[in-house]
Amino acid sequence: MSIWEYANPKRFMQTSGAILPWVAGLTALCLGLGLTWGFFFTPDDYRQGSTVKIIYLHVPSAMMAINAWIMMLAASLIWLIRRHHVSALAARAAGPVGLTFTLIALITGAVWGQPMWGTWWAWDPRLTSFLILALFYLGYIALWQAIEAPDTAADLTSVLCIVGSVFAVLSRYAVNFWNQGLHQGASLSLDRKENVSDVFWVPLVISIAGFVLLFLTLVLMRTRTEIRARRLQALLVREQMG
Amino acid sequence: MRALIARDLRLAVRAGGGFGLGLAFFLILAVLIPLGVGPEPAVLGRIAPGVVWVGALLACLLSLDRMFALDMEDGSLDLLATAPLPLEGVVAAKALAHWLVTGVPLTLAAPVLGLLLNLPAQSYGWLLLSLLLGTPALSMIGAFGAALTVGLKRGGLLLSLLVLPLYVPTLIFGAEAVKQGGGAALLLLGGVTAGAVALLPFAAAMALRVNLR
Amino acid sequence: MMPELGKYAVAVLSAYGAGIGLIAALVAVSLWQSRKVRAALRAAEARRGRVDG
Repeated sequence: MSIWEYANPKRFMQTSGAILPWVAGLTALCLGLGLTWGFFFTPDDYRQGSTVKIIYLHVPSAMMAINAWIMMLAASLIWLIRRHHVSALAARAAGPVGLTFTLIALITGAVWGQPMWGTWWAWDPRLTSFLILALFYLGYIALWQAIEAPDTAADLTSVLCIVGSVFAVLSRYAVNFWNQGLHQGASLSLDRKENVSDVFWVPLVISIAGFVLLFLTLVLMRTRTEIRARRLQALLVREQMG
Repeated sequence: MRALIARDLRLAVRAGGGFGLGLAFFLILAVLIPLGVGPEPAVLGRIAPGVVWVGALLACLLSLDRMFALDMEDGSLDLLATAPLPLEGVVAAKALAHWLVTGVPLTLAAPVLGLLLNLPAQSYGWLLLSLLLGTPALSMIGAFGAALTVGLKRGGLLLSLLVLPLYVPTLIFGAEAVKQGGGAALLLLGGVTAGAVALLPFAAAMALRVNLR
Repeated sequence: MMPELGKYAVAVLSAYGAGIGLIAALVAVSLWQSRKVRAALRAAEARRGRVDG
């Protein structure tokens, strides 16, 4: 069974409808377990104190903020090449989810840095990159909303996503250059790879899994809504034509 | 292609909106920033490269939404699409015209702004060079944004939202090139411009074709 | 029950509050949009059913 079968809207609706409750349930489980374990049952870091607990929100949301955009890029390419409407609608559905994850990464990142930097916002390269990513998401969502013709909107937002991806990567390097010089290590950034011991690691992995599942749940749900909305629009147009 | 560029230049100069407006805006910025930030020469000198560059960005934005919109309205864009010159060439020509009318005057006016903002003496050359190298990217990226939004009635604000994040690499490398006096930043700036000029006409032409359907 | 957050209590709690709050808001909005469209679609299909017979 090829994955392209789900490009058929009816097939997609059937399958997604069947698995959605399970995915949603698994999401609640992983997210609940990961965050609760992380918040209540992990020790403090000897350097960062209790703020290390923010890691269970910050790292997963930051990862998914990037992954959501990559999914949108893939879906945009599939739309442009194979013209599967489900793909275009899935990209549209993922936009607000990715934006929300970006905002969570930004807020938790800024708050986590506050005790260390003494300010609620700092132009740390990673935070700055996520701020720019948020702007890319906003532009993408705005373009979808501004264009009425569905296929035109799908085409234009896909092109924007592709061009945006290139510039997002360029911006990442530019921002690193801007704050730290191109080859210096990040001294201010919250380096998540530093010695995350097992005590923190397991709940972190569970939280990451929870966020991945959350993304899946929301995109499935929102794509179903988009498909229904498209069908609704078609019916309304037919009604108006009498 | 030369005819297209000439026509666009004539239109821009006659309509007046593109040519003088960008320059005037640029100058106004140079007056407003010190008024807002304070007249301290050391402070102004430190922020001068960034301010001039941000000014260039914003001034370029001003005339972008008219790049394709006028031709779309009166139908000449359809004609251009079917003309022997490929649409990518049309995009490049329009971007070039935009640069000649906006980017080049900005670059030439930049030393005056540098003077007003107390730019360090050794940076003037780098300022000119960085703007010369970077403003074509602003025009080409702007052309892409204009192609995306050409079908929208009030696309100006959306155009800004789409284009300004795309300007970030050029802005950072451009301002850094002035501050560092050339160096890696200048090379990277040139790289971004070269890539944009080479590749974005295709993306913009695709967007135009979609909008002309 | 509440862990000893010490001097970082405000930071940690506001981070969790904002994070969980945003997730909850996104889920709520997505659910609401889904219900709204589903209801409108059902109504439109019902009308069409009546017309087509």
